[in-house]
Amino acid sequence: MKTLASHIMDIAENSIAAGATKIEITVKEDITENLFYICIKDNGSGMDEATLKKATDPFFTGRTVRRVGLGLPLFKQNAERTGGRFEIKSRPNCGTEVTGCFILDHLDRPPLGDVANTIVIMAAANRSVHFIYTHSTPKGEFVFDTKKIKKVLDGVPMDNPEIFKALIEMIKEEINDI
Amino acid sequence: MDKIKSLADLKKIRDNVQSKIELREKSENPEKSVQIKVAMATCGIAAGSKETMTYFIENLERNGIPAIVTQTGCMGYCFAEPTVEITKPGEEPVVFGHVTPHKAEEIIQKYLKNGELVEGIIPVNYNSI
Repeated sequence: MKTLASHIMDIAENSIAAGATKIEITVKEDITENLFYICIKDNGSGMDEATLKKATDPFFTGRTVRRVGLGLPLFKQNAERTGGRFEIKSRPNCGTEVTGCFILDHLDRPPLGDVANTIVIMAAANRSVHFIYTHSTPKGEFVFDTKKIKKVLDGVPMDNPEIFKALIEMIKEEINDI
Repeated sequence: MDKIKSLADLKKIRDNVQSKIELREKSENPEKSVQIKVAMATCGIAAGSKETMTYFIENLERNGIPAIVTQTGCMGYCFAEPTVEITKPGEEPVVFGHVTPHKAEEIIQKYLKNGELVEGIIPVNYNSI
């Protein structure tokens, strides 16, 4: 994965596959502690302890179309490569929480990438899922909540090209400000 | 386009779009729309399926093609990512491989507009006994 935004999308896809109706994505740039923190929390089906242990094994996957599952292992590898850490917590029927902690100024930390596009694509393609994206830096915090957006849009779908572009633009502006 | 700084700005755009939408019964009539599923598992994302999907969303309407663009998981064609499954109304689904935004444009112009087949179709697996 070239960017952290791709990782976010990849992990969130797991949540969607697990039947989540609410996905909270948190990105935190902590300059004082030199940490870059990403957390994806869902209310999907979760995993039992045995599955959880195997989740970061690249040769374990929940699907049948191929025999490898690289999403979590790649995320873990990237976090640990920078000297950071990776954590996954899950309980059956309660959901899963994946956290990756990167060292902010480490050369091997991938750039965040186009996170605005990532969030809007996921929200547009999974209309029934409630996404909450929180981005915080020492300067401030920005929250993108699809429930509020849907209220404003009032029936106009997010995958309408104009709305789609406007939403991406809006998130970019907000993130630039903080 | 003016900068969008708040939900109020978004509302303006929304109202603008709403008046433009000739209530194309998109959601009421999914069987009349083209269905496009972009494979978005680890393999697809790493190969750039995000750009492909963005391209489809932004360009189908411009070409006057009513379509629903959604995501799907890995279809098992990791070697040919980004892969896209396209179902035209009343037709069998067709899977295309290596769909970069450039290829997406070709698919829109040739396959969706004119019904011509384009290179890069992944054949449906035969059922073996």
